[in-house]
Amino acid sequence: MENNKNIALSVKDLKTYFYTNNRCNKAVNGVSFDIEKGKTLCVVGESGCGKSVTASTIMQLLPTLSRIEEGEITFYKDDEKINIEKLERNGQKMREIRGSDIAMIFQDPMTALNPVFTVGFQIAENLKYHTNMNKKEIREKTISLLDDMGIPLPEQRVDEYPHSYSGGMRQRAMIAMAMACNPKILIADEPTTALDVTIQAQIFELMDNLKKNYNTAIMLITHDMGVVAELADNVAVMYMGNIVESGTADDVLRRPTHPYTKALLDSVPVLGRGRNQDIQPIKGSTPDPYDRPVGCQFAPRCSFADNTCEVMPEITNISSSHDVRCHKYKEIFQY
Amino acid sequence: MKTNSLNKKFDKIRFLEENNKLVSKDQNRLLNKFLNNKLAVLGLILFTIIILATIFAPLLSPYDPLKVDLRSMRQPPSLDHWFGTDNTGRDVFSRVLYGGRVSIFVGLGSSLMAALIGLAIGCYGGYRGGWVDVIALRISEIFTSFPQIILVLLLVSITGQSLTNLFVIFILTGWGGMYRLSRARMLSLREEEYVQALESFGISTFKICYKHMLPNALGPVMVMITLSTAMFILTEAGLSFLGLGVPLNVPTWGNILNVATDIVVLQNYWWMWAPVGIVISVFVLAVNFIGDGLRDSTDPSQQG
Amino acid sequence: MTDKNDIVLQLRDVEVHFPVKAGVFKRTVAHVKAVDGVDVDIYRGEVLGLAGESGCGKTTLGKAILRLVEPTKGEVSYISPDKDMTELTSLSKKEMDPFRKKLQIVFQDPHSSLNPAFTIFGSLEEPLKKYGVKSRNERRKIIGDLLEAVNMRREYMDRYPHEFSGGQRQRIGIARALCIGPEIIVCDEAVSALDVSIQAQVLQLLMKLRKERNLTYLFITHDLSVTEYLCDRIAVMYLGRIVELCRSEDLYQNTLHPYSEALISAIPVADLDKKTKRIVLEGDVPSPVNPPSGCPFHPRCPKAQDICKSKVPPLKKYTTNGNEHYASCHLIDLPEVN
Repeated sequence: MENNKNIALSVKDLKTYFYTNNRCNKAVNGVSFDIEKGKTLCVVGESGCGKSVTASTIMQLLPTLSRIEEGEITFYKDDEKINIEKLERNGQKMREIRGSDIAMIFQDPMTALNPVFTVGFQIAENLKYHTNMNKKEIREKTISLLDDMGIPLPEQRVDEYPHSYSGGMRQRAMIAMAMACNPKILIADEPTTALDVTIQAQIFELMDNLKKNYNTAIMLITHDMGVVAELADNVAVMYMGNIVESGTADDVLRRPTHPYTKALLDSVPVLGRGRNQDIQPIKGSTPDPYDRPVGCQFAPRCSFADNTCEVMPEITNISSSHDVRCHKYKEIFQY
Repeated sequence: MKTNSLNKKFDKIRFLEENNKLVSKDQNRLLNKFLNNKLAVLGLILFTIIILATIFAPLLSPYDPLKVDLRSMRQPPSLDHWFGTDNTGRDVFSRVLYGGRVSIFVGLGSSLMAALIGLAIGCYGGYRGGWVDVIALRISEIFTSFPQIILVLLLVSITGQSLTNLFVIFILTGWGGMYRLSRARMLSLREEEYVQALESFGISTFKICYKHMLPNALGPVMVMITLSTAMFILTEAGLSFLGLGVPLNVPTWGNILNVATDIVVLQNYWWMWAPVGIVISVFVLAVNFIGDGLRDSTDPSQQG
Repeated sequence: MTDKNDIVLQLRDVEVHFPVKAGVFKRTVAHVKAVDGVDVDIYRGEVLGLAGESGCGKTTLGKAILRLVEPTKGEVSYISPDKDMTELTSLSKKEMDPFRKKLQIVFQDPHSSLNPAFTIFGSLEEPLKKYGVKSRNERRKIIGDLLEAVNMRREYMDRYPHEFSGGQRQRIGIARALCIGPEIIVCDEAVSALDVSIQAQVLQLLMKLRKERNLTYLFITHDLSVTEYLCDRIAVMYLGRIVELCRSEDLYQNTLHPYSEALISAIPVADLDKKTKRIVLEGDVPSPVNPPSGCPFHPRCPKAQDICKSKVPPLKKYTTNGNEHYASCHLIDLPEVN
């Protein structure tokens, strides 16, 4: 399955632990996935599952009271292999990568831009730091970026402040900033959650085009299965720090094999299925991260669980693209 | 790369966690955070020692702080007089203890009164707005723009020196800060949904404001009370040292310090002013540490 | 299930305009027209969905019904089971009290909907005290019953809000809304801030309570997937006005207004077989301070004609599938019904 030419980033057995309040929180506890060039990987899960922490780990943007315990993050840059987990958080090499090779956009467009600098200035900063362009070239590039991202009247907008931009426009400006140096990988952490649905649709279109035009590898973090269905090529479902199921969008949405994935899909009303669709809530609630169940983290809420689930299941390959971490997968979907 | 000490700390926490040795006491996280702050705990200890000492003054010292004994003037510290005696033979140690009562009472008392007035007006003004708020805002601005010393001099020259006057002055200059603080808290609290829920039930404005919202505004106000206490004690000491505060016949820390205006005393009889100075500094520092600790533990954004 | 003649709440021409003050003397320079003329009848026992994006005025309308925000124009009237009609907007604060018992609200944010300084019992007993439950024991019993009705344990009433999860807090919020026995509950984005799997729990709870206590819901949300599942009728709002109001099935199968069409097509659907061509609207959601002339939707409407720029389309009544269907658009090609 490993064709290095197509993989932009490879994560193996990543563990990130948090040490706040003098406790150890195993936020990410053994996570492996690949991000392919020109494709979108959707990492989907609910709050507390560790999806945002995974993104912060890749960008080496973790808070002080945390560290990467184990695992590898391999960035395939052109012909080079860079081990991100070995780099110093704020060292020169990491800062070179961050912003120009791997870029990130965040959830809340209202607070992601600095209110005291013009939008043009903030995009230009990225170019100034990572490229050798002169002032004139940078300004031209900034305006063309804003234009590419669909912001009307870019020559005027480039000198305006974030407060005069709407939510959707700010998100586009953020994407423009992220794409300024043509990054190989774009990490988007719930980029449309704070936006209205009609604006969401615009941003989805934009991200689809990025994939096609720039061959960017996109890692999209979301909690919305609808977004997964719309945008994902590959999917990784996370729960309490582990990936419980991964595969192509087709694999995971049409043949969900992990009880959590299935339960998640069954608990959401789907547009078009009418009033008589059967919604099944998932019983119980996410465990306290400091008081975790032994073995499989989903077992207490799972209708298929039994004693064997007191041991953390290994990853099973059900098909060449589809992986699941469950002892009982055969009962959920027969291949 | 992480520093080695941080890495070691993490390893230790991880080991304990994996062996189920750690339990988070969710209740009283406030207390836990406070107790973790070593300076705050130190402050609390020192504060308690000094307060208890002033309360139990009669037990700790057999001397009457006002009793003049001209035969034992200006004696250095000895087993009889732990801090020595002053110009008129009074035992300095007992003067410090009894003086502490007055100083702390003035400091804490006026701080609490200022807080009471500030909270009462600020809560209602911040929640409801209207002309009560506008007027109170303007009045508080007038008071806080006055330098305290000038106000004291003014009032002392009009009404003369007395303990009550000092009380009144501190309250007048102190309520403005409390008012603005509680008002600011209320402005953000009134957008909370539980307030709107109470309004949807038609609960009276007074009840919503004073019973339900005020407890949530207390955090920063408590911190400000401790810090004001420290400030008032220092101010009283300074004023009494200058002879503008409490009249000299009542022992206060400032009054005791007053002897140091004489260069002879300053140079030769250190025990008459140095211990008092140290006690004032220690007490004020202690209160400041407690205030810092309170602020850190009630501030939800501080990581632990 | 709902009797067309059994109206419980009647809204006529409701407007909520907030003044925008500027300058040293705080002169009113403009108005935020949050709600700009809403007419709707809510039937007893129904779940009426109020859907739209940010700035459409749905939350303001919900609050205006409870008079948490005062309507600047128009009437909100409550009709009792005995057909007694009272205009709520003209009542004084004191006179509103008996009607507050009938109208309640569940809020969106589980983290600010409960007072952190009080136990659950402390928070919930306040309205009970006001509305005549004098004995403490009786209050404890009622609150205990309420907590059990929302699938929580009685003992929880002596705990503090921070000890509960978001979903649990939301259920406590529902218990609070029920405590004095309302007839109508406004659910203001009641599940939007919850995790997806918890949303289903709370939605099921709301449905169960509705059957048990014969409640009427005004369900405010931006999520049209939830309204399709939950609601009997749906009203779509845009810039302070209702642009479409019809039975839930009719909204999805016989969409009349171009905005509703675009809204429905924009929703990401968690089903690979149901992907439809997305209608992507140009431009941003407009601001209610300066609504466009004529039809407020015309700048973004893919079908806009000249008449749309000059004339405001009135809300007209049509019939689809034998049901009442209101829409405000000049371009609808159906016969108007009276």
